[in-house]
Amino acid sequence: MITMSNFLWALTAIILAPAMGALISGIDRKLTAWFQGRVGPPVYQPFLDTIKLLSKEKNIVNSRQMICVLVYLLSSMAAVFLFFLGSDLLLIFFVLTIGAVSFIAGAMSVPSPYSQVGAQRELMQVLTYEPLLLLTFVGFFLITGSFNISYILTWEEPLLFSMPLIYIALGFALTIKLRKSPFDISASHHGHQEIVKGSLTEYSGPQLAMVEIAHWYEIILILGVFALFWSTSVTAMLIFLSITYLAEILIDNLVARSTWRWMIAHVWPVGLGLIIINYILILGM
Amino acid sequence: MSLLSDCFKNIIAKSRAGSPWMVHLDCGSCNGCDIETWACLTPVYDLERFGIINAGNPKHADILLVTGTVNHRNRYVLENIYDQMSSPKVVVSIGSCANSGGIFKDCYNVLGGADKVIPVDIYVPGCPPKPESIIDGALEAVQKFKLNQEEK
Repeated sequence: MITMSNFLWALTAIILAPAMGALISGIDRKLTAWFQGRVGPPVYQPFLDTIKLLSKEKNIVNSRQMICVLVYLLSSMAAVFLFFLGSDLLLIFFVLTIGAVSFIAGAMSVPSPYSQVGAQRELMQVLTYEPLLLLTFVGFFLITGSFNISYILTWEEPLLFSMPLIYIALGFALTIKLRKSPFDISASHHGHQEIVKGSLTEYSGPQLAMVEIAHWYEIILILGVFALFWSTSVTAMLIFLSITYLAEILIDNLVARSTWRWMIAHVWPVGLGLIIINYILILGM
Repeated sequence: MSLLSDCFKNIIAKSRAGSPWMVHLDCGSCNGCDIETWACLTPVYDLERFGIINAGNPKHADILLVTGTVNHRNRYVLENIYDQMSSPKVVVSIGSCANSGGIFKDCYNVLGGADKVIPVDIYVPGCPPKPESIIDGALEAVQKFKLNQEEK
């Protein structure tokens, strides 16, 4: 059900989400620096980076690349908008997929071998996390009987208690989506430079900034999905989200980067296994 | 209106000075300057506290750090990397070899300094320079982003 207040709330979310996402990634970088015994950049560093990138010279390789990056940004904006509108989880999933596919198409539209390899790896990553994400949404459905976010949010008790294993499986999926180690294999996110910058190699200046902003929207969306696991009180939700994100940062710093073969060979069996066991637990109750 | 645009320019200048991503090219020689340059990125010196990230991709970078002697072969690589960087960009030449050719200046294959090929903004002296002076040079180069704004 869409009301005026709902609509305004979603619009506010669209405006505030990138700022929140930037702040979260700033805190992320500061914490990572602390783990590594460094001082680290200021918390507002992501803002500086993006403003700088937006003000740089435009070097567009071809027009297809520009279209792809625009679609990627718009789809993640739309996904956040729909999420805060309290819309359907499946609809959000499909909107998000359009963005993911467009991002891959953008990386494939240039002849650079690094970008091509990055695109192939990104494809593998999408292939790995999409089933887990979809099955998680089915998990919400099995318990609450609805894919509708505004309905799921009205559920009396935290959903984490009835789907703890799905939470862990979703953690795998979203580590991939957040481009955290061990799964930052497509864009070499944290400066490992194995394939230069992978799927981001051929983006420069404003385009790179748009990819970055789209990523912030995704961070907010991901945290939103996690928030569904504990939506009974705001304080508890914030604590739960902080713990989840801290765990992501910790894993990012603790583990080395994997290969795509390792990712598929481990994330699928473990993730799907956990989800199926949880389904059995839910249906058996 | 001009106040707003001044404010806007100010924010852009600050962002550029606060977030210079670097790309590093070693043109050859003994690797002493490279080791010192990489030392700047370690937790001991931590270049990231100034917002400097080793982008490793000229398309993303704002500062080009050049070390080593430029010769007839690698001048094309240097030119290519410089051309791939999008403006505004600055070049820091690190160590005697990149500054002037150093002890290899009179060799038949050496051009004598990176500034023979691309415009260099800051020269960091030393053989090799200390990490402290490399950081100083990089941050001095970054100030040029602010200057360019004012000149416009």
